[in-house]
Amino acid sequence: MNNLSFGNLLRRPEAGAFLGLAGVLVFFVAFGSTKFLETAGAASWLNVAANLGIVALPIGLLMIAGELDISIGAMIPAGSMTVAVLSGHYDLPIWIGILGALSVGLCIGLINGILVVRTAVPSLIVTLGTLFAVQGLMLGASVLVTGTTSVALTAAPWAKFFFGQFLGGSFQVIILWWIAITALFIFFIHYSPYGNWIFAMGGDKVSARNAGIPTNRLTIILFVLSATSASFVGMCQAILFNSAQVSGGMTFIFNSIISVVVGGVLLTGGFGSIIGIFFGTITFAVVNQGIYFTTFDRNWSSLIIGVMLLLAVLMNNTFRQMALSYAPKKKK
Amino acid sequence: MATPILELENVNKSFGPIDVLHDITLNVHPGEVLCLLGDNGAGKSTLIKVFAGVHKPTSGTVRFEGEPVVFNNPREAADLGIATVHQFGGTFPLMSIGRSFFVGREPTKGFGPFKIYDRKTANSIAVKAVREFGITRIDDGDRLIGGLSGGERQSLAIARAVHFGARVLILDEPTAALGVKEAAHVLRIVLEARRRGLAVIFITHNVIHAMTVGDHFAVLIKGAKAADFRKGEKSREEITDLMAGGEAMAELEAEIESYSTAHSGHPPQV
Repeated sequence: MNNLSFGNLLRRPEAGAFLGLAGVLVFFVAFGSTKFLETAGAASWLNVAANLGIVALPIGLLMIAGELDISIGAMIPAGSMTVAVLSGHYDLPIWIGILGALSVGLCIGLINGILVVRTAVPSLIVTLGTLFAVQGLMLGASVLVTGTTSVALTAAPWAKFFFGQFLGGSFQVIILWWIAITALFIFFIHYSPYGNWIFAMGGDKVSARNAGIPTNRLTIILFVLSATSASFVGMCQAILFNSAQVSGGMTFIFNSIISVVVGGVLLTGGFGSIIGIFFGTITFAVVNQGIYFTTFDRNWSSLIIGVMLLLAVLMNNTFRQMALSYAPKKKK
Repeated sequence: MATPILELENVNKSFGPIDVLHDITLNVHPGEVLCLLGDNGAGKSTLIKVFAGVHKPTSGTVRFEGEPVVFNNPREAADLGIATVHQFGGTFPLMSIGRSFFVGREPTKGFGPFKIYDRKTANSIAVKAVREFGITRIDDGDRLIGGLSGGERQSLAIARAVHFGARVLILDEPTAALGVKEAAHVLRIVLEARRRGLAVIFITHNVIHAMTVGDHFAVLIKGAKAADFRKGEKSREEITDLMAGGEAMAELEAEIESYSTAHSGHPPQV
């Protein structure tokens, strides 16, 4: 059944991501050096990929389900500010800070999800609203409470160990979280029955509801997942760098969408894969960081990312057509 | 005659001040195809939504196997085996045949939190079910729905409803967007469903399609049942006349008539 022929591979949603990754690896080895595949180099792009990847996975799921969440741009600083204000400014135990950061994610996710389900306003608009609202709330509240927009945080050793240490000197521990979360998502999306529901929702929401899928509940869960993941990443960053800033996080919006699209997820929903998003994220991180290992100016990396995105989308379209028109050959 | 499986008695439905259905009495028996005919806006969609539990009648009774029932939502109707298949509905272009077939009712293997979707079983059951309905072109459950023709998708949706225990099959204009051959295929599947003892409610504009498969016909005009007859009781021309709105046509003719008299025999300028 799983015959791994080249043709079968091309028809899978992650085909574009594989080829894209291969392409950029060849590019950077050719123009730079293999240094970025060695320990120090690998750490630089793996760190970027892990932080981005934890956000990109739930964003990808939302896109498969036909929704979008851009409020993550504000949720990352919200997560880091919450843990820093609670455990840094107020000196509460770190676990309260961690719980606080995750509950902020939970709340905003619930708000996003319920608004989208109840109002039928496109999720792009709803989350654009919460993006600015949360950003303003964080800025206003932190100036009100702490008087500054940047708060120092000294985390307990156990929190440092789990969320903010460097493994082997340069690998952030969040890489392990990313891999674990990816594995979990692969199980839920591609092996458990629930994954099927998400694809069905993205394919045709009305039919999915008629088939008995709790589409509203599922939509809310997905929004909670993305907001909480973003605040988790923010929290880890605050614990790692011993401080939190109100600003930052905006780049995650576009970067996560790029990773997801390069990973083969269809913008209109219903098609994609977790492993594709995983490789899409790595591809993005390699381009983002690989430029430092070449003689090119750093500014060119955006050009490469833009071109790569367009190529990836075109490629993914072609592969999807192949998948649609595919009919097995007559058995001899 | 045996008890009808599904029956409406003096059903009225209004949305606020607008009356959509007037006093509809209609029944359908197992192993019978009821064709609902009518022009756009005649109330066909509302009527099937009453059957399917989407709308509650404002007054009147719905009976299932002789027992009065009230459906609070489509789910309750579905639990009794009333399945609606909409045009192109119920299938997902970018999902595999197996996955689409089992959406919401995925077969699993394993236990506890480690239950996994059983792709092999899903694919083989799905392929077998659609092949029994005569779509022999499908032999791989991993193929995507989007690669199928409109008729095949429709047939898949019907096969799915039958597989999951439908006893009343409501088909909402299944042949409307299909070519001649495709439509013939869907009609064959309607007959197959009837042969298996399902009650089929078939909504269509197309009198030929209706006459091919129907045992019992009801024509709706402006929310009221204008005619209710069995196979062979009316000719195709009579049905077409009825559908084209009977009184509406007569009114138009009368209007043209009065215009001509008022303007010394000239027809109205268009």
